[in-house]
Amino acid sequence: MNKGKTKNSLSDKMFYLINGLFLLICLLVVAFPLVNVVSQSFSSPKAVISGKVFLLPVEFNLNAYKHIFQNKLLMSGYKNSFIYTSVGTLINIVMTVIIAYPLSRKDFIGRNAITGLFVFTMIFTAPLIPTYLNIKNLGLLDSFWVMVIPGAISVYNMIIARTFFQNTIPVELFEAAELDGASDLQVLKNVVLPLSKPILAVLVLYYAVGHWNAYFDGMIYLNTESKFPLQVVLRNILASVQMIEQMVGSVTLQDAQRLAYVEVMKYAIIVFGSIPVILLYPFVQKYFVKGVMIGSVKG
Amino acid sequence: MKFSNSKLIKNVNRIKKGIFRHWQLYLLVIPPLAYLIIFKYVPLIGSVIAFKDYSFAKGVFGSDWVGAKHFIRFFKSPQFKMLMFNTIGLSLYQIIAGIMPPILLAIALNYARNRIFKKTVQMVTYMPYFISTVLVVGILSQILSLNGIVNQVIRAMGAEPVHFMGDPKLFRSLYVFSGIWQNTGYNAVIYLAALAAISPELYEAAIIDGASVWKRIFYIDIPSIFPTTVILLILACGRILSIGYEKVLLMQNNMNMQTSDIISTYVYRVGLISMQYSYSTAIGLFQSVVSFVLLVLVNRISRSLNETSLW
Repeated sequence: MNKGKTKNSLSDKMFYLINGLFLLICLLVVAFPLVNVVSQSFSSPKAVISGKVFLLPVEFNLNAYKHIFQNKLLMSGYKNSFIYTSVGTLINIVMTVIIAYPLSRKDFIGRNAITGLFVFTMIFTAPLIPTYLNIKNLGLLDSFWVMVIPGAISVYNMIIARTFFQNTIPVELFEAAELDGASDLQVLKNVVLPLSKPILAVLVLYYAVGHWNAYFDGMIYLNTESKFPLQVVLRNILASVQMIEQMVGSVTLQDAQRLAYVEVMKYAIIVFGSIPVILLYPFVQKYFVKGVMIGSVKG
Repeated sequence: MKFSNSKLIKNVNRIKKGIFRHWQLYLLVIPPLAYLIIFKYVPLIGSVIAFKDYSFAKGVFGSDWVGAKHFIRFFKSPQFKMLMFNTIGLSLYQIIAGIMPPILLAIALNYARNRIFKKTVQMVTYMPYFISTVLVVGILSQILSLNGIVNQVIRAMGAEPVHFMGDPKLFRSLYVFSGIWQNTGYNAVIYLAALAAISPELYEAAIIDGASVWKRIFYIDIPSIFPTTVILLILACGRILSIGYEKVLLMQNNMNMQTSDIISTYVYRVGLISMQYSYSTAIGLFQSVVSFVLLVLVNRISRSLNETSLW
């Protein structure tokens, strides 16, 4: 295969060696903090505070996690995030498809104007306060809907979907369906959607991850603790030592030990917050790569 | 005159016919358009409070006009220079430091010989992208805390522990490099897509001519991914002032304020914490307008330079 091997084989060998080392370093740099955090969360407070934990847990125990599962706020945060993510993503998909499909049709008069209206909001964003006042005037503050409706369409995702429809579904198919007397809605249901499963998977993934990881909207629009999504709860807890001390309040400890306990709790809370992502990651990552590929095709 | 008139009528008829035939498509776009108007354009119109003294009682349209008062106040305020410097400094640092890592990773992955090793590196490196900002900052502050792993190593080497998260001199680097840690894998996938699009014949010809791997990288790979780099840079330059509040807000504390306070976080603090609605809107509008102009400008420059543009 390598016909030019003779002349450059030494420099090529060097290259592959350096390349492998470089990748190994990348791998370690990314993985080490994650491994360390997980190991700290399973270690004893004493080992954590004295800095004995590197790659593996020291004096393995699950005490921190016991407190977490007893914490009502974290549990309700999980439940809320789950509901916001599922309902929100459903709304996202419906809204994105019903706008991307007409805009992908070349015979849809006004498509350029409408696309322009959407793209403009992406490059010229309204400031924070008018957006907040608008939500307030609509009576959405501290409601369930404020977590699922204001971000109903991401223009970027809409463009990905539109480009996909345009590039993968041949115009002849539309013409044939029209000749057969199929309405535009029937075409969407029976032709476009069945052919668009990969892009739908990508959209679900992008939107769902976005919902799950968002904290800012929850932080500014919600006041009631029981409605907080997980990320807001995590932010509040990680930022305050008192809240964690309350969580371990039932344990009688001296101050120094209490501090150590709080440290372990923080690590465990971080791991606990990442569980859904870690569990789903192996399954979704191939769709994710696909999404980047589709997204990088300019449309 | 008559001719153009009949042409116009013909056009109108054609449009009418098109709308009539595809009435279902027009029905479909109604909810998204309503959403766009209610949630995106109404706030844009609501931005007029930047030129007013907003009062709760009078509402957006009833409040009194004050012209450019709030803008002038911002430009003359002692914070203005610091905020601009911090925002642009952080953005430029992020852009410049962020160019090379994904390119290097993508090229290295592209030449990895062992498939399993390659897949592992790829999977691990883009995993952080899925971790939420709250947790990334949580991980960062735990690792760098006084009892964290980094300070343990520093202590073991006999040096004084460093209070990383509270040091204003370190804020920018921590922000930028934790971002690189989180996003390099993701950005590398974009470059991998560009590398995968290169015709294999090009490589075959180069190999026959005896080009080493180094030469193939410099003369085939790098020129091929250059347009992608330009597009990503355009996007980044357009956002130079609108660098998001999400992560900065999480990393901000009283100790690092002098470097961590940027326009977005100031808009948030002035607006939602001290409730100076009009003043905050004026600053936010200034930020949006400058970003918009920058994006259009950079796009035009790049289009004339090498025929790659966003739209």
